[in-house]
Amino acid sequence: MPSRGMVAMICLIIGEAAIFSMFILAYIYYTGRSLSGPTPAILSAPVFNTICLLSSSFTIVFAERAIDRGKMRTFGVLWAITIGLGLEFLAGTAKEWYELIYHDGLTVSTNLFGTTFYSLVGLHATHVILGMIMLSVVLVLTLQGRVNQSHSERIKVLALYWHFVDWVWVAVFTVVYLVGK
Amino acid sequence: MQLKSGARPIRSCVFLIVGLFLAVTPLLADSRFVSSNTFLPETTPARDIYYLALFALTITGCLFVVVGSLIFYAAFKYRARKGDPENEPAQVYGSAQVELAWTIIPVIIIVVLFLTTARIIYAIQNAPVPSSALKVTVIGHQFWWEFRYPELGIVTANEMHVPLSTSEQPDPTFLRLLSADVDHSFWVPELGGKTDLIPNHPNEMWMDPQKAGVYYGQCAQFCGLEHSKMLIRVYVDTPAQWAAWVHDQKQPAVDDPKVAAGRQIFETQACVSCHAVKGTSAKGTYGPDLTHLMSRATIAAGAADNTPANLFAWIKDPQTFKPGANMPAMQLSDQQIEDVVAYLTTLH
Amino acid sequence: MADQTFPVPGPLETERTGGNAAFLEWMHSWIVTVDHKKLGILYIAYALLFMVVGGAEILVVRIQLALPWSGIVSPGVYNQLFTMHGTTMVFLMGMPILFGMGNYLVPLMIGARDMAFPRLNALSFWLTAFGGFMLYFSYIGGFGLYGMGNAPDVGWFAYAPLTSLKISPGHNTDYWALSLIVAGFGTLGTAINIVATVISMRCKGMTLTRMPLFVWLMFITSALTLVTITPLTAAQIMLEIDRYLGGHFFDAAAGGAPLLWIHLFWIFGHPEVYVLVLPAFGVANEVIPVFSRKAIFGYSAMVMASVGIGFVSLSVWAHHMFTVGMSAFSNSFFVLSTEVVGIFTGIKIFNWIATMWGGRIQFRVPMLFCTAFLFQMLIAGLTGIMLSVAPWDWQLHNSYFLIAHFHYVLLGAIVTCVFAAFYYWYPKAIGRMMSERLGKWHFWLFLLGFHMTFDIMHIVGLDGMPRSIYTYPADRGWLWMNVIITIGAFIQAIAVLIFVWNLIWSARHGEIAGNDPWDAWTLEWASPSPPPAYNFAIEPVVRSRRPLWDIKHPNDPDWKYEP
Repeated sequence: MPSRGMVAMICLIIGEAAIFSMFILAYIYYTGRSLSGPTPAILSAPVFNTICLLSSSFTIVFAERAIDRGKMRTFGVLWAITIGLGLEFLAGTAKEWYELIYHDGLTVSTNLFGTTFYSLVGLHATHVILGMIMLSVVLVLTLQGRVNQSHSERIKVLALYWHFVDWVWVAVFTVVYLVGK
Repeated sequence: MQLKSGARPIRSCVFLIVGLFLAVTPLLADSRFVSSNTFLPETTPARDIYYLALFALTITGCLFVVVGSLIFYAAFKYRARKGDPENEPAQVYGSAQVELAWTIIPVIIIVVLFLTTARIIYAIQNAPVPSSALKVTVIGHQFWWEFRYPELGIVTANEMHVPLSTSEQPDPTFLRLLSADVDHSFWVPELGGKTDLIPNHPNEMWMDPQKAGVYYGQCAQFCGLEHSKMLIRVYVDTPAQWAAWVHDQKQPAVDDPKVAAGRQIFETQACVSCHAVKGTSAKGTYGPDLTHLMSRATIAAGAADNTPANLFAWIKDPQTFKPGANMPAMQLSDQQIEDVVAYLTTLH
Repeated sequence: MADQTFPVPGPLETERTGGNAAFLEWMHSWIVTVDHKKLGILYIAYALLFMVVGGAEILVVRIQLALPWSGIVSPGVYNQLFTMHGTTMVFLMGMPILFGMGNYLVPLMIGARDMAFPRLNALSFWLTAFGGFMLYFSYIGGFGLYGMGNAPDVGWFAYAPLTSLKISPGHNTDYWALSLIVAGFGTLGTAINIVATVISMRCKGMTLTRMPLFVWLMFITSALTLVTITPLTAAQIMLEIDRYLGGHFFDAAAGGAPLLWIHLFWIFGHPEVYVLVLPAFGVANEVIPVFSRKAIFGYSAMVMASVGIGFVSLSVWAHHMFTVGMSAFSNSFFVLSTEVVGIFTGIKIFNWIATMWGGRIQFRVPMLFCTAFLFQMLIAGLTGIMLSVAPWDWQLHNSYFLIAHFHYVLLGAIVTCVFAAFYYWYPKAIGRMMSERLGKWHFWLFLLGFHMTFDIMHIVGLDGMPRSIYTYPADRGWLWMNVIITIGAFIQAIAVLIFVWNLIWSARHGEIAGNDPWDAWTLEWASPSPPPAYNFAIEPVVRSRRPLWDIKHPNDPDWKYEP
């Protein structure tokens, strides 16, 4: 049986998946139904961002393995790289939104596409930010030397959240940049 | 209506239950009351629903009697009594056969009920629209009903007229349901089930009333402050009545020179920004069309009877009958209102 | 206390020696507690407070409806009252009382020391509480549109676009959405806690198939909650985006679909009623066997039926939407899925009857309530089947027949079981029995009032009376039925007041309960009444579903008969 932390995180993920599903449902329902304004044709798939975010899932797996074996320095480095990749994703998203708002004139109130796009991608970005905050707290504690091998189970629980954030992005990316266009 | 042959024996079985429910209706025979009873259907869809309801009621009624009796029997027979032995009764943990039986029997009942239900759903929802059918567009507003007869060029409010339909001379009416603001629901129980009016989601329903008379209903989806006073009247007209009504409604508004003063006020004050009167400069569409206001028995969607005194009070301050109605108090002097009322009461 | 090796009998607290300091310390201990038992009692007390408030709201509504074409309150106030009644009873009474009971009982029943995450437990309670107080602040916060405060007035279901900023410019809708989002996080926390506790903290020997059925049902309820409350949270976020960020989720003018709100709300709303009813079934699963002196008939079937209800309940939501104009195919699908879920519930009723069958039933107050529950759940289920017949639902939807049906479930089944649970477990939590005499008054008055109100309500609905109306024309002939309904409501109110008085009186004067006043069989009855903070001094080890039966019947233990 998984540890209670793991069970709790799986439950949280199930709940969050339900919230995302509703926003994805709204996005799909409204595809092609905007009466005016920019359409998904203006989107260009953020491939580099996506690669960064999904790579961070791999770096965090390696970090999990490192702490399992008590290799705290390796853990710290991999953890920091994970955070860096997450930051890059956020920066890339910010840049994409800047373009959309100021060059394409798409905001949340422009039309149905704007509303559903920013809500869904924004919901995801919010979860990335929350994840980043938690990862950063762990990084600070690691740098202070307060994290050791006995914490590996808790690290795994947190990493599971990060994996969820990454793989929800796969769903969002598919719906917004592939299917919806 | 045509019943499947299998349903006829069931119909005879349910007369008892019908009788029980009709026990309520003598109260409604009291002429003080108007009826809106779901068990007094007067159209084909309403009648289909009624028989389906009786069928469902028979099934559920039998289940109620059987299972309810078992509950009371068990409670009575197996109650603890003085002189019971000290030890615990025999512990029975389950029985596969019994549990299988009481799973399979409900499944069979459900399959029968489902198939019967599905048949009626398709019969009502997918009924073909004859090209000669009368088409009415119903637009729900906060807190009144707009009725448009596009093929006849008629626009009215709150009180709908439809022709009588008989088996020799079927004359169904098909309604298209739209909303100008929030969700509403069109419900006249004796003429059929309700259908919602949802913005951006046009709906359809139909009726073929087989008894002339007036039918009562009201909005059945909470739509705001005065949801309660969004009443509906449907007049089912005999062919003669229908022809007369259509003829009158098609005319432009009566132009009586004696009430020119009132008409002047009506057309120069804000009234025309919301109301239309055919054949005049009043072309507002936000509020009810008043061309034939006096052909209606009530005002404010049933909130009050259509009398000059009520018209006066309404125009002076609509919040007296219907606090929350979207019509503002018109800030007219009493004399001005009297003149306007005199004008309105000529609009037959 | 902590180094004692045997359960120490006696009350949870040391005797207070009086004086302000001791009282403040006592209050403080309740505010900072992370003990599942205290949090459970906090949830329950909170829910009882809102039960009385929500009840008062509907009594005003009932007085108004007993007089046709009238207004003792304005339509604005009336709309606030019925909206708040529904919102209060579902979110501030139903959920807290059931999760509170789960909080109290689950660790005890599985032989655990506390919930999996005690601090999360406390946070969840206080989030729920804050959400509730925020909702009620709306009555007084701000002058509102008509000088009557800002309490939500859009119906507990808050259909768009009535809730759009254009049509509801005040803050009423915002109070509704925001306080429920906050309370929703609390609920989510508790649900996660219960799932984790049940999976990870069972005592030795307690496999999943040896858990008490109440624990099973809290577990299924909590798992269901994860995907129930979250769609509502999503919808409420969308609503607020529409209202304040210019979004168009439900904006018809921009091509949006108010229908989307209806789908999202009922994707939440239907599983929600199962979240409310499954714990009630759990209570019946504990009370009926003990008072019939027999094991539950068909434990496995009960588990499978409950799991089945949990899953199928996710596929029936559009039976609340038969009138919105879905296709004949969609309507038919939802007829079928709804009737299937009814089969699972029916099976449970048969299992309960079979448990009573051949028993020696003691009609103490908990069993009185559970017997009434069986009868009323039967009727509620059958009117549910009637409503599932979509064409008939086209008549019954949004009429008083519908209100009668769901109050039969909420009051006739759920609250009835909650009452049974009180009389059954109060001795464990407080250490004293509740008064049997007051209990019987409570029971019979409630039964009378309940049936007066809700039996007649079915008929006035069949007669065409819709819901959510603050008045009706005098010529509809609905007056005498509404008067009877109102009288019944007041009788129920009196019964509830007797119950509250019983709770208070029995805390001082009730007969001392001892560990196991009902001669029951599950682990909570092995601890003292009330249990010490640590529940069990030694981790229990169990070999069957009824560990205390095994101890009391060493020659005929359950584990001989269980697979």
